[in-house]
Amino acid sequence: MTPAAAEERSAWADASLAASLFSVDPVGLGGVLVRAQAGPVRDRWLGQVRGCLPPASPWRLVPCHVTDERLLGGLDLAATLRAGRPVSERGLLAESDGGVVVLAMAERLSASMVARLTAVMEAGEVVLQRDGLSTRSPARFGVIALDEGLAEDEGPAAGLVDRLALHLDLAGIGLRDLGNLGEDPEAVEAARRRLPGIDCDDEVREALCAAAMAFGIPSLRAPLLALRVARAHAALQGRERVAEPDVTAAARLVLAPRARCLPAAEPPPEEDEAPNEPPPPEDGDAGSEQPEPSPEDLQDIVLAATQAALPSDLLARLRLAEGGRARASTAGRAGAKRQSKRRGRPAGSRRGALGAGARLNVVDTLRAAAPWQTIRRRDAARRPAAPDRPARVLVRADDFRVTRFKHRSETTSIFAVDASGSAALHRLAEAKGAVELLLAECYIRRDQVALVAFRGKGAEILLPPTRSLVRAKRSLASLPGGGGTPMAAGLDAALALAESVRRKGQTPIVILLTDGRANVTRQGVGDRKQAFDEALVAARRFRLEGLVALVVDSSPRGDVSAERLAAEMDARYLALPRADAASLSQAVRAGQADVQPRL
Amino acid sequence: MPLAFPFPAIVGQDEMKLALLIAAVDQSVGGVLVFGDRGTGKSTAVRALASLLPKMRVAAGCQYNCDPDVLAAICADCVQRDSKGEVKARQVPVPVVDLPLGATEDRVVGALDLERALSEGVKSFEPGLLARAHRGFLYIDEVNLLEDHLVDLLLDVAASGENVVEREGLSVTHPARFVLVGSGNPEEGELRPQLLDRFGLSVEVTTPDDLKTRIEVVRRRDAFERDPEAFHAAWKRREGQLRRKIVAARKRLAETALPDSALERAAELCILLGTDGLRGELTLTRAARALAALEGDESVGDPHLLRVAPLALRHRLRRDPLDEAGSSVRVERAIAELFGP
Repeated sequence: MTPAAAEERSAWADASLAASLFSVDPVGLGGVLVRAQAGPVRDRWLGQVRGCLPPASPWRLVPCHVTDERLLGGLDLAATLRAGRPVSERGLLAESDGGVVVLAMAERLSASMVARLTAVMEAGEVVLQRDGLSTRSPARFGVIALDEGLAEDEGPAAGLVDRLALHLDLAGIGLRDLGNLGEDPEAVEAARRRLPGIDCDDEVREALCAAAMAFGIPSLRAPLLALRVARAHAALQGRERVAEPDVTAAARLVLAPRARCLPAAEPPPEEDEAPNEPPPPEDGDAGSEQPEPSPEDLQDIVLAATQAALPSDLLARLRLAEGGRARASTAGRAGAKRQSKRRGRPAGSRRGALGAGARLNVVDTLRAAAPWQTIRRRDAARRPAAPDRPARVLVRADDFRVTRFKHRSETTSIFAVDASGSAALHRLAEAKGAVELLLAECYIRRDQVALVAFRGKGAEILLPPTRSLVRAKRSLASLPGGGGTPMAAGLDAALALAESVRRKGQTPIVILLTDGRANVTRQGVGDRKQAFDEALVAARRFRLEGLVALVVDSSPRGDVSAERLAAEMDARYLALPRADAASLSQAVRAGQADVQPRL
Repeated sequence: MPLAFPFPAIVGQDEMKLALLIAAVDQSVGGVLVFGDRGTGKSTAVRALASLLPKMRVAAGCQYNCDPDVLAAICADCVQRDSKGEVKARQVPVPVVDLPLGATEDRVVGALDLERALSEGVKSFEPGLLARAHRGFLYIDEVNLLEDHLVDLLLDVAASGENVVEREGLSVTHPARFVLVGSGNPEEGELRPQLLDRFGLSVEVTTPDDLKTRIEVVRRRDAFERDPEAFHAAWKRREGQLRRKIVAARKRLAETALPDSALERAAELCILLGTDGLRGELTLTRAARALAALEGDESVGDPHLLRVAPLALRHRLRRDPLDEAGSSVRVERAIAELFGP
């Protein structure tokens, strides 16, 4: 198929192709990231993948709240007690060896879970060092990460996404688009056998590397994965050698979804005039002109193929990220999310009775009981009423050990900064300075920070919750001032962010820096009175939600409106008459310390 | 264990390779921390190290990898056997032990041997990962995600070189001196300052940004994946050369002179940078000496100090979390100031 034909492919055709490619080489390709809500389309796609895999291969669903024990394996208590010696139990990952692991709600997986999973993917085996067991078991599998994130900044951890070759978005596909385009299992099976013999020219590698770089993809895994996809594609098409269509398919499926910027050779698109204009459409015929591709041509073809498949909102996203090339991790939904909910830290175990939510620490209980076995058995035998078959392990009530957990809830400070013209006139620079000092404070406390700015017609999340202060500082420094004050929109955005933080089990604190002069309504219309009324309504929701908030008034002589806002929010109010950055920070710090006990 | 990617075949990342080689020559530099972007070959390099390192002599049958030639570090078991003249030496590969995330404390420090306790009713100690790593390397991928209680434990052992186990009525002390190698992605979170300080050398890795290097990386990786055995055979000679270089450097290390002028230079640099404590100077001079030994030079000079200074010092500066320039730049500036252009 030529690139021109490729352009006409429907999203479902691509999804089907991805399903087949993945089934050809699930381990090599790492996996597929599927962004879609649960529904018939996703089920159909999963069914197609399953149909192409060998019928006997494992297919394991991993829920997002899986414990280490189930994921990696551990001690099998029942068997251990029966056998009188430690018996290990395989975890989900070891059970999936040679098959597929499906991650339900992958966007909710904790960072530590993702790290465990990727370590196993990397090593191809589960190295278990738990519960007195030390084992290795092979675990080579493909991953299907089901990403049900709704918001742009919701997505699985970047470390996982980076290792999955194929990224699909099934959102735009309707039921009527579904045709049976999948390969039949025999063809996939044949391709799987053919795969090890597929050869590939050096130009292909070069072209894929060049394209990955031109599109600002920092990770070197991307061209490697693209190469494997090209091989799988060639195998599927019955070729011996990777050819141009294979490379274009790989570029479209692997590189395009990862693109962070447009190739530098292209004239930079005018962002101001038409931010949502699709990428230049002249790329379709680039391939058909050259029947015998030379290395440079192949590079061009790959570039064109990638570009043709770029998501249409790439430009908008790039604009949001402001120079996405330099900031490798921020653009796109993949890198935006930082999961950091700490699991409760097991603080050892103690002797205790069961019940009331106490979790029995099996291993420690066994350990407590273990040394006494010989003695207890002797005792038991001596007693007249001894049962015929004594239990293998004699556990008594005072052996029971329950796990103690220390749970530390993390704090996320959300800075909502009024960057309007009036605030800029007053002391945006000082407010920025204060925020920076506060950021340093957050660093010491290992808090996360997030940044919401509102000016002109609306609010935007400049920085999703992160622990990287350098990023926070950078996005703050590049925050321009000017325009109206859409206070209600700013409050709404901060509130939404605070709620999402809370859903992750962390404690949000909102710090609003403003002069209180709302003058733009939610509709983006300039109307001072209505804007202020809307702001008050938005502020009241803070009180209803019981959010801890702090209003820092940056107007020159303390403003009544900011104070009223603070009262509506049930927030602490700090007027800052002629304060410099340092004293401002001190004031806010005092306020922060004040709100801490309420957490 | 599947074949690891050969160490010399790693493209670029010279700083990371240098740091690991220095640690291989002189274990007392105290650990290597590799922080950087995804997919830059952090874990590849560490795993490659295992097959690169020359074998070491251990007392046969000792579960703590005791050195049969150094009686001081010998464990109670070996002392007993030694008195009967039963210690036999054996050549084994240097352990590069993985501390997987999700490991539990009992497996790290060692604990009651469940099997023997259950079946024989005997209280005996089963050594953990720290014992296995003695005289070798302990590798923690995603070290910034390591659970706090494990970090505490590692800090303690890394400081004392001994693992003291007091649990379940067991009381065991055994030597545990190892090179801690950690890797991670700074975006996943910061490292606790105490742990950061334990690492002798720290390396920042970035994705190569020129096309040629990137193509070479992909080409070699692809060749390795297609046929690991053949790829290994092709690099065997280079790996052997490097191994001999490490062996030679270890022998030379004791004779490599550390002149007062070099010590002074190191001290000046540390004062200029305002590093806390003396660990910075110690590590800097030790690493410079290992480098000199590695390069076959007789004494430590400015060029050696210059090359290892960023590695040894960048993570010891008073950190200003908002200083965007980063510590590397500050070290470079100080070097330029002190050593001239």
